[in-house]
Amino acid sequence: MNQSKEIVTHVPQFVRGDAITFPVLKILKGDGTLYPDASLPKINREKALKIYDAFLFIRALDERMLAAQRQGRISFYMTSTGEEATHIGSAAALKDDDMIMAQYREPGPLYYRGFTAADFMNQLFSNERDLGKGRQMPVHYGSHELHYMTISSPLATQIPQATGYAYAQKLEGKKQCTLCFFGEGAASEGDFHAAMNMATVFRVPVIFFCRNNHYAISTPSEQQFAADGVAPRGVGYGMTTIRVDGNDVLAVMKATEDARKRAVSKNEPILIEAMTYRLGAHSTSDDPSGYRSRKEENTWKKKDPVLRMKQWLLAKGWWDEQQEQKVQETKRQEVMGEMKKAEKVPMPALTEMITDVYETPPWHLQEQLDELKQHVRKYPEHYPKSSWRENHG
Amino acid sequence: MAEMNLLQAINNALDIAMAKNEKVLCFGEDVGFFGGVFRATSNLQKKYGKDRCFNTPLTEQGIIGFANGLAAQGHFPVAEIQFADYIFPAFDQIVNESAKFRYRSGNQFNVAGLTIRTPYGGGISGGHYHSQSPEAYFVHTSGLKVVVPRNPHQAKGLLLASIRDPNPVLFFEPKRLYRAAMGDVPEGDYELPLGEAEIIQEGNDLTLVAWGAQIEIVCKAAAMAEEAGISCEIIDLRSILPWDIKTVEQSVKKTGRLVINHEAPLTGGFGAEITATIQERCFLYLEAPVSRVTGLDTPFPLALEKEYMPDEWKTLEAIKATMTY
Repeated sequence: MNQSKEIVTHVPQFVRGDAITFPVLKILKGDGTLYPDASLPKINREKALKIYDAFLFIRALDERMLAAQRQGRISFYMTSTGEEATHIGSAAALKDDDMIMAQYREPGPLYYRGFTAADFMNQLFSNERDLGKGRQMPVHYGSHELHYMTISSPLATQIPQATGYAYAQKLEGKKQCTLCFFGEGAASEGDFHAAMNMATVFRVPVIFFCRNNHYAISTPSEQQFAADGVAPRGVGYGMTTIRVDGNDVLAVMKATEDARKRAVSKNEPILIEAMTYRLGAHSTSDDPSGYRSRKEENTWKKKDPVLRMKQWLLAKGWWDEQQEQKVQETKRQEVMGEMKKAEKVPMPALTEMITDVYETPPWHLQEQLDELKQHVRKYPEHYPKSSWRENHG
Repeated sequence: MAEMNLLQAINNALDIAMAKNEKVLCFGEDVGFFGGVFRATSNLQKKYGKDRCFNTPLTEQGIIGFANGLAAQGHFPVAEIQFADYIFPAFDQIVNESAKFRYRSGNQFNVAGLTIRTPYGGGISGGHYHSQSPEAYFVHTSGLKVVVPRNPHQAKGLLLASIRDPNPVLFFEPKRLYRAAMGDVPEGDYELPLGEAEIIQEGNDLTLVAWGAQIEIVCKAAAMAEEAGISCEIIDLRSILPWDIKTVEQSVKKTGRLVINHEAPLTGGFGAEITATIQERCFLYLEAPVSRVTGLDTPFPLALEKEYMPDEWKTLEAIKATMTY
């Protein structure tokens, strides 16, 4: 029995569902100044500029690829506009070999760790240079080298996997942790609850990072849960929990830094709930004007995490408008240049249809592939993106 | 008659079902005010209120468990799973609960009123997780009915029948056709029978069997075969659990040849069940082995989607090979 020591009462004493409330960690004000008593994360000029550089890249990427989808150059896209501080700020507080298991709206850590514009583009264009071999929809990135697990569209499936991944890190005595991103909507899935419970039962070095961006496609968070956000659930599972302002990059960093310390040194799983807002649509298949007001969006635009960090950098004298213009332009050109290259790269060869289903393609898949190749050779005009390769070696 | 696309036909069926029976409820992720990500439930909340058409939290197992509970009290929940690819967290509720509710309680309890709607299938650049055709997993479960419509007219009549059928029904909607398929749909209330196939084109040389979005494909293949002088009989199964063995059997006894087309992978696909049944019943009538044109035994790809799909040219090849066997 590990329930808390029995407290006896002889009249009914219900504990109210709203008994637990969470303070929100805020370090950086909207104008770029710091709250006077705030405790800062470890950050110097170099680190700050590296984070900001990732901010500007992700902004340039999102802007360009949203347009590219509208032009029909790619089939689908998802932006993380407004939420950059959650994924880039937390990645900056980790070690680069800590595992990241993301949902799909967290591309920043990849760039922060060295994923290039070309790497992004090859995935977005599903070409033969995509590390995932053109098999998944755009934005389903992954990089073994950069310790970033390949994205899977089904929601919340990565959360119990993160618990398991962290358990193996603990078993191997690695001084590492796993950080798992998910949205407040995904936290309604059964997998979330299983993951939280198992993490505290097994005491594993995992950081559950909930981006509470207020919307699961069209469903506002007040229709997702009746409680005060996701954070109180952590306490229910016996988990150390913190809530931060997700648009405050320094607060996100500080919370993640402290969480990592606890996770790695004490095998203490942590839940971080970052309060933020999905400024864009859920995806290019969605139009938020059908379910929320422009006024609401504008309130959050004023809390832009990128702008907030910029104000801080300007105040510190680490950044100026000239640099801003120059870097923005460089990022735009980098994205544009790599996009033009990636869209000319052929799609993966037919053979890739059957590789990686198993470690070695079994005979029956080989047979199905041979049949398909024969068919494509017979009707090359109907399969132009693959037949050229079949007919010319 | 009104011209509708498949989504409008589904919306119209739900509207009629809710208007006629106040115990019909529609819910799922984004289903309420927004009307669902495909807008199949548009305006239903406005018309019937938040108690009868509403958003659920994002939990498929929760949605179907909740629906089972409602149905157990004689309600008619029409639960939407946003994509068939996301139905698996609810697999336990469907396979172990919905399908066995009646049987395990000696019919003291049942979930007769339950209908699960979910869009399935490829052709929309959806990759692994927005393209799958998981019908075979459910067809292996007695106690469920599985229905797949091919066009707007069929969708409305089959959905109304599914909602009112006194058994839990899984209703797979071909999302590739949601807006692409237009057709005349009667404006009033009508039902099409579950468990009955429909011969949509008569022919003498070969029987083509398919369902849902693949009907369009086999029709194209049949037209090309026609030009080569081959007369195909086309059967839309409409329900794959239970399925109309008799209609297929009679057709194959006439034509002596059978080609089955489905989008799902070959191994363990429903085509295997049809093949086994037909060879048992029509062995001496068959002029050629039963042929299956299906997806490959791989996850559903993205870049190679066109190559993966069991399209009209692959079907035509199978028809020709069967004719010249």
